[in-house]
Amino acid sequence: MKEFWSHFKDNKGAVIGLALVLLFTFIAIFAPFLAPKDPSQIYPEYLRLPPLWDGGISHFVLGTDDVGRDLLSRLIYGARISMMIGFFVVVLSLIIGVVTGLFAGYYGGWIDTLIMRIMDILMALPSILLAIVVVAVIGPGIKNAIIAVSLFSIPGFTRIVRASVLAEKKKQYVMASQSFGASSYRIMFLEILPNCMAPLIVQATLGFSDGILNAAALGFLGLGTQPPTPEWGVMLSDARSFIESSPWMVTLPGLCILIVVLGFNLFGDGLRDALDPRLKR
Amino acid sequence: MLRYFFKKFFHVIPTLVGISILSFAVIRFIPGDPVLIMLGERGANPEVYAEMKSKLMLDRPMHEQYWYFLKNAVKGDFGQSIVSKRTVIEEFSDRFPATLELGIVALFFAVIIGIPMGIFAALKRNSFFDYALMTSSLIGYSMPIFWWGLVLILIFSVKLGWTPVSGRISINYDIEMWSGLMLIDTLKNEITSEYGFAPFWSAFKHLLLPSIAMGTIPLAVIARMTRSSMLEVLGEDYIRTAKAKGLPWRRIVGLHALRNAMVPIITVIGLLFGSIITGAILTETIFSWPGIGKWIVASITARDYPVIQGGILFIAGMIIFINMAVDMIYALINPRMR
Repeated sequence: MKEFWSHFKDNKGAVIGLALVLLFTFIAIFAPFLAPKDPSQIYPEYLRLPPLWDGGISHFVLGTDDVGRDLLSRLIYGARISMMIGFFVVVLSLIIGVVTGLFAGYYGGWIDTLIMRIMDILMALPSILLAIVVVAVIGPGIKNAIIAVSLFSIPGFTRIVRASVLAEKKKQYVMASQSFGASSYRIMFLEILPNCMAPLIVQATLGFSDGILNAAALGFLGLGTQPPTPEWGVMLSDARSFIESSPWMVTLPGLCILIVVLGFNLFGDGLRDALDPRLKR
Repeated sequence: MLRYFFKKFFHVIPTLVGISILSFAVIRFIPGDPVLIMLGERGANPEVYAEMKSKLMLDRPMHEQYWYFLKNAVKGDFGQSIVSKRTVIEEFSDRFPATLELGIVALFFAVIIGIPMGIFAALKRNSFFDYALMTSSLIGYSMPIFWWGLVLILIFSVKLGWTPVSGRISINYDIEMWSGLMLIDTLKNEITSEYGFAPFWSAFKHLLLPSIAMGTIPLAVIARMTRSSMLEVLGEDYIRTAKAKGLPWRRIVGLHALRNAMVPIITVIGLLFGSIITGAILTETIFSWPGIGKWIVASITARDYPVIQGGILFIAGMIIFINMAVDMIYALINPRMR
């Protein structure tokens, strides 16, 4: 752990990434206290008011949108929604990925073939296309967007767990437990799984950024979170028609997406380098 | 070698079958009745309804329907679009060149900038340039391209007025399509028409922003990959040997290092095709580019069942075959991988 931290803190990018991740987690948790206004409150007398530095007023620091809602408050609540989506996507795909990966690696044979074939199919479809198809079946909405985005995050987890299981299975501690008569489930979840934590943590961090990005893309296409929810992708798609007259409505939500995704990518890269120096690029 | 190719090829078949089952199943799970949508508002007459249903074989058991779908798909018949009444194949081949052109230009842009930048960063390791490049490539990699496209429009179309916002070419020009690739067709027409180079220039300007938006993530990936691959190769023994022999540094980098570093770079470029298609869906929506990405999104909104079914199968099939080809090329260049 100490060695890990000393590796990690030497990596400037990783520390910035961690700071960004913590910052947005903080904003997401304390959104109701941080937001100066109610994100759905409409101020009809202040339509598309520019930000403070662009001739706005201090009452609406980042300006207002096309129906007169405070942009800053909507962006803050947007952090809450995106972080929540990212969280659920990672948890859902992590659980399914771990279980399928353990089964495929541990039992081998036709179970392995079946699971890995399904993963091949999931990976043959481009992420957004798969999500669009899933949303077409189960309908748009925030919950369905989470399911759709999770679906294509699963193969990454499955492959990592399976590869680790294949390597660990041959080791003596597994054979020892088997000869003691430990159940397969005990060996898989309590003996082998803790030994593949490092790559899993890295994948989970990077999965967070993919989840946020893809959910925002779905929202942008009108297939994810629905208006008037202050989700960044949805806000962007609303703002498209005002790109000429009110460019801040376009730039700000996208900037938020970029910064969060960048934060998780920096953090994930740093974790990978610190946890497993062999993978260092 | 041939045995490896056959093995790869047979490995792909179960995945293709799985994709066909998936695309078949998906449209049957989508809420709504395709027959009702095809017949429109006035199609409530039960006799007409039943006739249509049996014509589409939708009254048969599932396995028969699937078999029928598969048999026709192998023959190249994917049914008819509900919206346009044209065959799915025609619709696809009308739009595919637009996506192909965009994809080629985007990837070209990513390769021609990404590889030299990666090489330069590797040679000047830990320099300011190296850090700047690594940082910007990470930003590029994290870029939400649906936003990036809008920002490009904001800067180059709205603020500077340099580029058009949507479509493939100005509506003032009536270009006879020959290859389907606008850049080539406008050049071919140039000889005969009175417009001169203007249509080509217009097509080029239309292509500029979408291809930058679409090429950004591949550019970031290629630059990073080139850098790390170059660094790895430059640490190898044979580079030291070449140096010890007194070969000029330019020759060592250009001939020995670059050639060996190219193998993983080519693989990455091949694997980027999947993300290019994802990019196409978003980019084409933003720039109203009449390609397959926009087509598939529109068909889902319109519940155009045969198009959704065929489209998924085409796109997934394309990616599977490209990945297989990349594997094979990889095996050809690098026999250790077999």
